[in-house]
Amino acid sequence: MKARVFVTLKSTVLDPQGQTVRSALNGLGHTSIAEVRQGKYFEIALADGVTTEQARAEIETIAHDVLANPVIEDYRIEILN
Amino acid sequence: MKFGVIVFPGSNCDHDAFYAVANNLGQPAEFIWHDSTSLGDIDAVILPGGFSYGDYLRCGAIAKFSPVMQAVKKFAADGGLVLGVCNGFQILVESGLLPGALIRNRDLKFICRELRLSVATTDSPFTGAAQKDQVVRLPIAHGEGCYIADERTLDELEAEDRIAFRYIDNANGSMRDIAGILNKERNVMGLMPHPERVTEPLMGGTDGRLVFESMLRAAAVHA
Repeated sequence: MKARVFVTLKSTVLDPQGQTVRSALNGLGHTSIAEVRQGKYFEIALADGVTTEQARAEIETIAHDVLANPVIEDYRIEILN
Repeated sequence: MKFGVIVFPGSNCDHDAFYAVANNLGQPAEFIWHDSTSLGDIDAVILPGGFSYGDYLRCGAIAKFSPVMQAVKKFAADGGLVLGVCNGFQILVESGLLPGALIRNRDLKFICRELRLSVATTDSPFTGAAQKDQVVRLPIAHGEGCYIADERTLDELEAEDRIAFRYIDNANGSMRDIAGILNKERNVMGLMPHPERVTEPLMGGTDGRLVFESMLRAAAVHA
């Protein structure tokens, strides 16, 4: 089983990296790009025998406590069988 | 006053902090390795600057789970003085010992320069030897020093007089010009600039001494 965790800055937090990427894209002629927000992506493999419920609970815990800083970031989890 | 300087893999201001308190302030000091589970018989802890654990994941994010940080949390809860400088400040916010977060500088640049700050409160063991609104010159050297927190937290910090230092030259975009803050109990301070780097004339300044002299004074009053 695998899990994916997407960590993104909260919408209220300024993302200067995303802004810089957007202005570079605009400079390259991609004028239709209005906004870019940069985040992090984790691919996690779970050990054999772990149930989906266990995986979901454990990934939720590590996403909240380790992978994201809830002060500035949101996260989203996907469990893939 | 015996200082303990924590050494994480990737700390690079640990010797600067040690030199400042041992050589320039004449105090006993020792290094404490990151996998120690006890701090020993020290009176104050310094979390030095650097790039603990390579700043992987987020600055300070891995360090907060190290064995020594569990000991530092207990030391802080028991009223011990904890000073986090630069990466040390980042570790303190990641650990939840201080509120808010430190994110990428507004202009995305790593900034290494001296700038002016004002002492925002003298009601703390880290600034007690200073005058309120005293202007000091301290160097910064960081890429992720932009202090942010939600409005409620910022209001609370101001209402409780917990902002220790404010930037006069706000180079990194920190909200409300915050350079250093205190916890509720006022025994933990995080500061992005480096006071240990200006503790003797040969270093180009001595303004950083006030932080350590304040700590000594607080300890003397306490004893």
